[in-house]
Amino acid sequence: MNAINYSQLLELALPEVIVVATALVAMAIDLLALRKSAIQTRFRTATTLASVGCIGAIVSTLHTPAADNILNGVLIASPITHLVQIALLALTICTLLLAANSTFTEHVGEFILLLLMATAGMMFLVGSQDLLVIFISLELLSLSLYILAAFNKRSLQSWEAALKYFLFGGMSAAFLLFGFSLLYGLSNSTSLTDIAASIHGSSLNPLLVIAIVTSTIGLGFKVAAAPFHFWAPDVYQGAPAPSAAFIASGSKVASFFIFFQLMALGFAGAEGNAAFPHIIRGWVPVLALVAALSMVLGNLVAIRQTGLRRLIAYSAIAHAGYMLLAIAAHTQQSLAALLYYVITYALTTIGAFAVISVVEDQAGSDRFSNFDGLSRRAPILSFCLAIFILSLAGIPPLAGFFGKFFLFVTALEGTKSLLWLVVLAIAMSAVSLYYYLKVLKRVYVAPPPADAPAITPPALTQLVAILLAASVILLGCAPNLLLHWIQTAITASGL
Amino acid sequence: MLTLLTLLPIAGALLVLALGKNLARVTALVFSFASLALTLILWFRFDPTSGGLQFQEIHPWIALSSLNVDYHLGIDGLGLLMLLLAAIVVPIGMAASSEIQQRVPLYYALILLFQTCLVGTFTAQNFFHFFLFWELSLIPAFFLIKLWGGRNATSAATQFLVYTMVGSVAMLLTFLAIFLTVHTFDFATLAALAQQNQLMTAVVGNLAWHGIPPHHVALILFAGAFLGFAVKVPLFPFHTWLPAAYTEAPTGTTILLTGAMSKMGIYGFLRILLPIFFPQMQQVLTPLLWLAVATIVFSAYAAYAQKDLKRIFAYSSINHLGYCLLAIFAIAKFTGADANLTAEKYAAMNGVFLQAFNHGLTAATVFWFIALLEKRSNGARGLNDFGGLRKVAPVFAGLMGIALFSSLGLPGLNGFIGEVLIFKGSFPLISWATSISVLGLLMTALFVLTVIQRVFSGPLREKWAAFPDLTPGERLALAPAIALMFALGLYPQLILGAVNSTAIQMVQQLKLVF
Amino acid sequence: MLAWTIYISFLGAGAMLLLPKRSAAPARILALLTAIAGFAIGLSAFLHHRTGEMLTVTDVPWIPSLGIHYHLAADGISLCLILLTGIVAITGILFSWNIDDRTNEFFAFYLLLIGAVYGVFLSYDLFLLFVFYEIVIIPKYFLIAIWGSTRREYGAMKLALYSFIGSAMVLVGLIAAYVVAGAQSMSLGDLAGYPFSPHFQMLAFPLVFVGFAILAGLWPFHTWAPTGHVAAPTAASMLLAGVVMKLGAYGCLRVAMTLFPLGLDPWPHHILGLGSWRDVFAVLAVIGIVYGALVALVQKDFKFVIGYSSVSHMGFILLGLMTLNQLGLSGAVIQMFSHGILAGLLFAVVGRMVYARTHTRELARLGPMNLNQAIPFAAVAFVLAGMASMGLPGFSGFVAELMIVLGAWHAFPALAVCVGFGILLGVIYVWRAMQKAFFADSRKAIAPSDHPLPPITIPEKLGALILIATSIFIGIYPQVLLHLIIPALNSPLFDGLHKGSWQ
Repeated sequence: MNAINYSQLLELALPEVIVVATALVAMAIDLLALRKSAIQTRFRTATTLASVGCIGAIVSTLHTPAADNILNGVLIASPITHLVQIALLALTICTLLLAANSTFTEHVGEFILLLLMATAGMMFLVGSQDLLVIFISLELLSLSLYILAAFNKRSLQSWEAALKYFLFGGMSAAFLLFGFSLLYGLSNSTSLTDIAASIHGSSLNPLLVIAIVTSTIGLGFKVAAAPFHFWAPDVYQGAPAPSAAFIASGSKVASFFIFFQLMALGFAGAEGNAAFPHIIRGWVPVLALVAALSMVLGNLVAIRQTGLRRLIAYSAIAHAGYMLLAIAAHTQQSLAALLYYVITYALTTIGAFAVISVVEDQAGSDRFSNFDGLSRRAPILSFCLAIFILSLAGIPPLAGFFGKFFLFVTALEGTKSLLWLVVLAIAMSAVSLYYYLKVLKRVYVAPPPADAPAITPPALTQLVAILLAASVILLGCAPNLLLHWIQTAITASGL
Repeated sequence: MLTLLTLLPIAGALLVLALGKNLARVTALVFSFASLALTLILWFRFDPTSGGLQFQEIHPWIALSSLNVDYHLGIDGLGLLMLLLAAIVVPIGMAASSEIQQRVPLYYALILLFQTCLVGTFTAQNFFHFFLFWELSLIPAFFLIKLWGGRNATSAATQFLVYTMVGSVAMLLTFLAIFLTVHTFDFATLAALAQQNQLMTAVVGNLAWHGIPPHHVALILFAGAFLGFAVKVPLFPFHTWLPAAYTEAPTGTTILLTGAMSKMGIYGFLRILLPIFFPQMQQVLTPLLWLAVATIVFSAYAAYAQKDLKRIFAYSSINHLGYCLLAIFAIAKFTGADANLTAEKYAAMNGVFLQAFNHGLTAATVFWFIALLEKRSNGARGLNDFGGLRKVAPVFAGLMGIALFSSLGLPGLNGFIGEVLIFKGSFPLISWATSISVLGLLMTALFVLTVIQRVFSGPLREKWAAFPDLTPGERLALAPAIALMFALGLYPQLILGAVNSTAIQMVQQLKLVF
Repeated sequence: MLAWTIYISFLGAGAMLLLPKRSAAPARILALLTAIAGFAIGLSAFLHHRTGEMLTVTDVPWIPSLGIHYHLAADGISLCLILLTGIVAITGILFSWNIDDRTNEFFAFYLLLIGAVYGVFLSYDLFLLFVFYEIVIIPKYFLIAIWGSTRREYGAMKLALYSFIGSAMVLVGLIAAYVVAGAQSMSLGDLAGYPFSPHFQMLAFPLVFVGFAILAGLWPFHTWAPTGHVAAPTAASMLLAGVVMKLGAYGCLRVAMTLFPLGLDPWPHHILGLGSWRDVFAVLAVIGIVYGALVALVQKDFKFVIGYSSVSHMGFILLGLMTLNQLGLSGAVIQMFSHGILAGLLFAVVGRMVYARTHTRELARLGPMNLNQAIPFAAVAFVLAGMASMGLPGFSGFVAELMIVLGAWHAFPALAVCVGFGILLGVIYVWRAMQKAFFADSRKAIAPSDHPLPPITIPEKLGALILIATSIFIGIYPQVLLHLIIPALNSPLFDGLHKGSWQ
């Protein structure tokens, strides 16, 4: 075993270190110096500090060596991991800005700490190809998220959501660990590349099958794919807006990336084929099935919703289904498609939650009736919401459309064409337009209720929403801005 | 020149609509006189020695490889005659429309639009152009009847529309079938092909409907085109729309219908049906002759039975044009190389031209008088409503009498010469039919004299004691028409001189190859 | 320069939103100027076009790794349809002069729709075409849902969903074609030239064709059209029935038939008497013609008559496309133009001139109002539009229908007879509607009532005159469009079609 070069380790892990340090500093300042200040001030200070820290982490990531690998996958650096980490940090910054005007808790420092800890967990998660590190980072992320979901102590829904999240999460973590142990048993290594080498070529071992299934369960839970999605609606509904936004955005990006890595790298050789009718057993058919289930269930149940948060939750399940398509295709191009899709999806979701938080604060809840006539009460905010919703629906020239398009193209390439799944996905997209338009109908068509309270969005939230909407439009009209970066990173990483 | 003549009335229509109620009638009359002037210029520039097309205008119009249609206008003697008739009848119709008080601009605009359609029909040299104006004329006619007509105007107008539409559709289908084979709509080309007996064989060969023998297919195509024109003239039994339409229409419109629109049908027979379909006409000649005879005789009897003056002369119109059709069918008869019979055909053809023109003029004038009668009697126009008007309105009685006698066919007036030529020409060709048709002449005499007797002679009723005679203005207006009746009656060469060459050429083109 | 038709419309839409909310008049004027500018650009391109060439307007790489270019180009067919869009846009705005509720939003959505439609007609890259095609859906929805009338929310949703489902089908086909051709290029020319296997084309063609044809109102996927058009406000109906339905037909011609011409080839064996997709769609088109006419005949609501007549007329276009000969195809394009104009006029009369004044569309209640005396201009406009619509010579409809019938006769003689029947039905239902709505009781003089109908305004008269004049002009001189359409049909894009089942 090689001696660990700690300076190299520190150099590689510097961004994460910066994030953790920021977390500690923010909490310290909040606990020590700002106990007597108003909650708003405390939140603003903490989020500013945290944002600065994240920016620092971004800068540091850009300076980290572009290709490195410590201990055979424990910590790796490659252009693509850097890209994903920068994206995660950016999303965290957006969430922080969103949280800047919150008033739902007095434990500001803890909140920011947990948020940044989760971020650190995500960064480690995407920067690793070792089973143990993956699991630990995943737990760091999950535990932080459980608590973040429970943070609104005044809301019973928040408690319930967090409890469900925790119970489900714990169970699925157990599944995941069990699978990992089987993988270790099969290959005598925790490194993804070694595992792939040892299972390559062999026929499908029952233990391997179990490992595939449990990994799917574990990570499927994280990304809220059906049938592992039961926590999602309640968490989206109950968690405070910044937490929900964070869960819906950043953790999705990290989880999908690692899902892809695990499956494509770790289980390379056991893919199988889901191209109907030549089905070969492997993890691809499993994912294809999960994807199909998610798409159908997510879209169909979303139709019945009466509140925007739950609608976004079910649509998140559906979008998870689409993104699993990219993993099932497991090519370089499909990874690019996946990343493009999930990053723009995350931006869109944060934006949607920004609008939801404003409406909830000033009109009471996220029920559709509170959105009636929003276009006349808060025109700019409504326009941003319209952009986000239409991007989720996949209407050009927004980012969501190109994401779907590219994703479907990559899923059809090659000899493992997943035509039936693409057709199903496109059909379900058509269904999704119905419930998305229902929301916009409320906002633009329905007359505002006579006793509707005026909506004056806080300047920062409105600014965040506008910037996110602008980025969605920009990335839709000129997708190459992001795509080029992703594609060069992937090719440079030699995936 | 011809394009100008076509567009002038439509420009007038737009101007009338723009100028409003007070200037409508005057403007319309001005434009109709302008058209008349233009037509007279054409008349005097026309070369009577040539029987072919003059004043031609040919330009490319639609240039698809599979749909090649030219913008082709031209008139020969027949076309010129019809244009002149139209130019005379339209002012008469307008003059007789003084009673129209509602939506006056629209009324005169529709009449001018109708005049454009007439000119377009008479100058067209291919079916596309012809059909365009033929169909377009339905709109003004329909609305003129419906909006200003009598109590049953809507149903009369609708019936007129349906009949004419069905006929037009049949005609269109036939010409489309022909087009699909020979790829042309041009009348001259089609007539030339028919003369060489190539037209129908080619068309029938191309269509090949299962189970129907070729010459039956040819007859079906002929029936299509025939129907379109037979409804318009009309020919028994397709005439049932006419009495209602003529009666319900405002009298000014009736003048247009009887004076000009029915002539569109005759023109169609002469320009299209005869040159292109004469082999088929020969095959079914006997039934056609029976129909013509029925037209002549039944309508005359029916006229006698009527009690409404307009209805009487509606049936009389059918009767007079029946003679034209009789002559046309006679001309279609196969006579080989017999020079005498060919000469008879020339006479018959000239007779058709004259009868068409004269009937147009006479019928228009008769209805004009009926309009004046209605104006004075507050709308009453029953045969038995009047009596002894000669005593209180002698000039009226005299002038109307002249018109009525012309309708009867009194020698010396214009109505006589056309009928004479027709009978002279037809008798050697189709003696039996001509003989039976004489009955029509007798019945016509009967009902015309009845009208004169019931309306003008006999005891004068109380309420007509104050019946005003013709005003000087009216006399002035009527004078040209009456004068023309005398002129043409005494010196038909006025018209014959211009049209004779065309008549001869048209007959000569019917080389009868069986 | 042509690309500016798109950009000006989008800029106009954006500028509209910046106008203060209570300003109806500036909004209208800005919208009208924008539409006129777009039309002027389109017209000048139309007049300067050298026949036969595909005029490339812009071609820049957009997403190089996927081979997608921002490629705009126009040939004769596109230019005719761009001209149509310009005319309908201007007249639609004229007929919306009376909207005073959320006016600037109305015109913003309207101009957005116009810009996207220009985009579809100008796109040469299939990805770009699809982008613009989808963009059309959202403004449509809002125009109907906010400013519409009968069952507007249901009608808007149905329309949006059907359109989206259609475009979903197209997306599947396009992605499949792109991937099969090597994922190198989305350019129409490249994909049209790629030799897809006959088996692939036989499956892809119906998918893409039906996807586009849903928007074109192919029977039996047409049910969104009457509901949606009746629910829509007048300008939206004009645009939807007049232009947007033509997007579907254009897609059928430009995409489905050029990319997968072998899909029209005969099958190895007949099914139910049909021997190829060509037969299937021709029969469906004719059913649409006759069915649309029959249903229009029994409607009690004036606007529904027009809605169903649109379905019927679109059937002509689809039939013309399936004839696969020059006469039928050029007839189909002329009918696209002609029906665009006439549908606009008919909806304008029914919606703006009649309904906005009488607040009822039931024929039974309109009759006693003696509309031919109350609003004679509307009566005359409807008579002319109705005559044109039923195919009276002298108007554009006659030329188009003649060409299609002649073309159909070459290809499917039996169906041509049914089409004739459909034309006849067309005469009848127009007559019936005209009679019942305007001329039902022409004997009764108007009593001076306490609610006299407002007179027809200048913008309405102007709009109607523009549309009628256009129809008459094309009816008398169709060569002005034909001399661009015919060379376009002979361009290399249609080579595959020419080598296939072309006649």
